[in-house]
Amino acid sequence: MARGLHRRTGHQPRLTTRQEHERRQRRRSSFIAAASTFVVLVAVVVLVPRMPRWDRVKQSFFDVDQMRDSFPRLIDAFWLDVKIFAWTTPAIFGLALLIALARNSRSPALFPVRMLAAAYTDVMRGVPVILWIYLVGFGVPGLGIARPFNSPLLWGSVALAMTYSGYVAEVFRAGIDSVHESQRAAARSLGLSSTQTMRHVVLPQAIRRVVPPLLNDLVSLQKDVALVSLIGPIEILRQAGIDKSKFANFTPYVVAALIFLSVTIPLTRLTDYLWHRERRRTSGTRVAP
Amino acid sequence: MTPKVSLRGVTKSFGANTVLRNLSLDVANGEVVSLIGASGSGKTTLLRCVNLLEQIDDGAVLLDGDEISAIGLDPNPVRRRVGIVFQSFNLFPHMSVARNITLALTKVLGQSPADAAAQAGDLLRRFGLAEKADVYPDQLSGGQQQRVAIIRALAMRPEVLLLDEITSALDPELVGEVLDVVRELKGSGITLLIATHEMAFAREISDRVCFLHTGTVAEIGTPSQVFSNPQDERTQQFLRRVMN
Repeated sequence: MARGLHRRTGHQPRLTTRQEHERRQRRRSSFIAAASTFVVLVAVVVLVPRMPRWDRVKQSFFDVDQMRDSFPRLIDAFWLDVKIFAWTTPAIFGLALLIALARNSRSPALFPVRMLAAAYTDVMRGVPVILWIYLVGFGVPGLGIARPFNSPLLWGSVALAMTYSGYVAEVFRAGIDSVHESQRAAARSLGLSSTQTMRHVVLPQAIRRVVPPLLNDLVSLQKDVALVSLIGPIEILRQAGIDKSKFANFTPYVVAALIFLSVTIPLTRLTDYLWHRERRRTSGTRVAP
Repeated sequence: MTPKVSLRGVTKSFGANTVLRNLSLDVANGEVVSLIGASGSGKTTLLRCVNLLEQIDDGAVLLDGDEISAIGLDPNPVRRRVGIVFQSFNLFPHMSVARNITLALTKVLGQSPADAAAQAGDLLRRFGLAEKADVYPDQLSGGQQQRVAIIRALAMRPEVLLLDEITSALDPELVGEVLDVVRELKGSGITLLIATHEMAFAREISDRVCFLHTGTVAEIGTPSQVFSNPQDERTQQFLRRVMN
């Protein structure tokens, strides 16, 4: 609308009172945002170093030499986190989708399947992740399975996939339930089978709707991967702990935190961007602010 | 001659609420029958029973003389022959207009994507929506969405098309364009069963008009019989109410 107006009035757009008002409002908001950010930054930069024991904290958490020394080792160790994340994510989504579909099945014959799926999500979500990692990560290799299938790394990952699939299954289920019955009616009336209806009509809409909570779970998983270190594998958190003990300095933890952030933040932004692009593409109208 | 669609003593309840009571109705091949009646009289439920979106409690529904309401019968082959258009359009919002139309062509009829796309393109052109093929439903007006929904049902080449109050969710100015599409269908050989509140339209397009009252056929006849000379007292009352 604004574009059309500019085109009509030519080089120097004359603004209506309303547009003038909105422009002033926008400028005012940007000014307030900039000013408040500046005040907070100054407060941090000026006040924190004035705390009584800032020097000690600076030395043991923000030691630049220590950062340089630990960084390559931590990055190497982080690679293992990335790998665990990479192979658990598809497993989680696959398993969670199966469970969500099982819980949404409508046939009376599948009642036991629905029961089992419900029990699974309850049990998986009812016990702390760390406990599952201990129980599965130590317990299953303890059965005496031959190498390489007795590695704590493998079973720790399995434990992670099990618990997270419980949460993600609930997210999928909420998404599936949110698709209106009339969509199923439309699909079935065209002769699509119930499986085809789920696959082509219900699921695509359900998954689009739950992208933000799914992303939330992914970010959470990305951090919880570090818990696998508690049963042995040397990933970044473990490596940072080793460095901390060796050099009696907490800086490796700070570096590890920064490495985690360097992955999670872009991941979050990217997914947000993709989601908004999809919304813009498929939706017609937008409500005024 | 065997009726195209036949309802015989159909009863349908939702819990304690009986919507269709021992209802019987025959529709001939190629005939256009409008269902009129107050809200809750059973028009929508009747249509949904014909393409098996609802299961009937008693009686039988026949298509070309074959019972399609039989217990354990696969509903999908029947639904391919009996299309329905809904009051609220029910287009798939995550698919383009073209994909809305081609989905069932490819997945149910097994057409190649190219054939399906060509057929969708032909239909969209025929109904003046050619330039909307790649647009998403939310970007269309209500009238355009409903026209796409009709095309989606027509693309399956159904023998019977059920229209369930297809203009009730539209602005008055958009009703015309949708009804024009239905006018074009009359006489094409397709059997139309139309639930509607548009009395003028029902009068104009129908071969017969059927007045439903609390789940039974209170009166049925040609439009001039039912509208100009209704015999049943309930029909007279209803028409007085809606015509003024």
